[in-house]
Amino acid sequence: MIKFEQVSKTYPGGQQALRKVDFHVEQGEMAFLTGHSGAGKSTLLKLISIMERPTVGRVMINGHDLSAITRKQIAYIRRDIGMIFQSHQLLMDKSVYDNVSLPLVIEGHTRKNISRRVDAALEMVGLRDKARSLPITLSGGEQQRVGIARAVVNRPPLLLADEPTGNLDPKLSMEIIRLFEDFNQAGVSVFIATHDLGLIARMKYRTLTLKNGQMITDGLDDAQDQGLFR
Amino acid sequence: MSLLFKGRSHGAETVRVGGLQRIFMFFTDHLRQAVNSLGELWRAPFASLMTIGVLGFSITLPSTLYVIVKNTEQISEQWQQASEISLFLEQGVSEADAQQLLKRLRLWPEIAEVAYISADDSLKEFKLLSGFGDALNYLPSNPLPAVVLVVPTSKHASPRAAQILLDKLRKQREVDVGKLDIEWLEKLYALIGVAKDLVTLLAVLLFFAVVLIIGNTIRLNILNKKDEIVVMKLVGATDSFIQRPFLYTGFWYGLLGGLMAWVTVLFVLLWVDFSMDAFMAEYQVSFNLTSMDMSTLFFMLLVSIGLGLAGSLLSVQRHVKDIEPR
Repeated sequence: MIKFEQVSKTYPGGQQALRKVDFHVEQGEMAFLTGHSGAGKSTLLKLISIMERPTVGRVMINGHDLSAITRKQIAYIRRDIGMIFQSHQLLMDKSVYDNVSLPLVIEGHTRKNISRRVDAALEMVGLRDKARSLPITLSGGEQQRVGIARAVVNRPPLLLADEPTGNLDPKLSMEIIRLFEDFNQAGVSVFIATHDLGLIARMKYRTLTLKNGQMITDGLDDAQDQGLFR
Repeated sequence: MSLLFKGRSHGAETVRVGGLQRIFMFFTDHLRQAVNSLGELWRAPFASLMTIGVLGFSITLPSTLYVIVKNTEQISEQWQQASEISLFLEQGVSEADAQQLLKRLRLWPEIAEVAYISADDSLKEFKLLSGFGDALNYLPSNPLPAVVLVVPTSKHASPRAAQILLDKLRKQREVDVGKLDIEWLEKLYALIGVAKDLVTLLAVLLFFAVVLIIGNTIRLNILNKKDEIVVMKLVGATDSFIQRPFLYTGFWYGLLGGLMAWVTVLFVLLWVDFSMDAFMAEYQVSFNLTSMDMSTLFFMLLVSIGLGLAGSLLSVQRHVKDIEPR
């Protein structure tokens, strides 16, 4: 589903964020990406959502080389990727309903269809009764769930999450991860960047670890066993 | 269709909608965005009014000048059509001789109408209008000559033909002086031509200014909504989808500015008409200012909307592209 081939990224100014990164996340897989802050997690996610382009190497989604995607096509690529952000990226002056319906409005769905799908997405994240509220009146965990509802409302085959549990307590974090598991079981590929190692340790999922821009482990939750983060 | 995932359909295609319904949805979508943009103007009435005012007044000035130039043109056309020739008769010509002249002139094919104002009538009229009144009674004799007013037929009313007719009339025995003021008419025409050029120049300069002002206003709007635009780009909005509300804002600025210009032009013309009436009364001329007709109003609105759209297009194309999620 997501395939990196010898990908390096150097920012203007010479800062090397990624060095020869190689990995492949299969279709229907759920995987974590971890590492210190500054290790290159965000850069890696930005390469997938084409917010940045690699300096060297190839990034592929579902066998399509992203370097062939033109500027105008980027918008259509992002419709296939549900993205979840630590900072939520919600429109604070629009209701929860309007926020979640945004991807569908952009795609030009009928009103009826939009309302049906938004209701379903809000039901999944347990916020059906908050549809008319403004995001500002919701708690951090609830805002994150609005972001998740928006990411899944147009049923993308791939979910990307950047520190989705960043500001949440362990119990809420677990709830969020359980949501991702539900989507994964429905066939969606899920790729989560997090530095919350405790959270990863409680689950047996594939974990990719970045350190100074290099991929140092790629396997089943063995980061802690190697004592990398002590 | 999705670019990355075969078989994953996109947007409205997932739900089977007929062609007619899709067209209908296209229009309802646009209508919704247009109404939203109008609503946003409404929510910041002061800022919106300032921009609309700039547009309105910028269009008012050239429009008013245009109406005035057009009116002057019309008036001079009337004068040209009338192209009256005044023949001042010799002092010694008797009433009977004058009548004889009139009879002769009426037979000329070039002449449509002749009128005779005797020396006494001239004096009476002069007394009435000049305000000298009784002072004139002290004159030993009437100094004014009898006058014959000749109106040429429309065929002979043009400056050149009227000049030939005048030369012919001057040769009549009874005529002392013949006058046709063609020169000043021609000067007036030249003057109107210059005025027209100036109005055009002024309009072009003002229109440029308006486009830049609207462009700048929309630019500020775009920057104010930077966060929202970033979010929209993150969830897959195309540039043209993001641009649309701003273009509608430009459209509304144009329409409202145009309507405002129309109202102000009407007020200005009413005011000019009023002061013109007082001025014209002095000369005993009735004069009606022709205002704007429907097609001119329509054209004005069209220009205004065009300017609004041009301004927003200018800034939307530059700035929406520049805002990218980082």
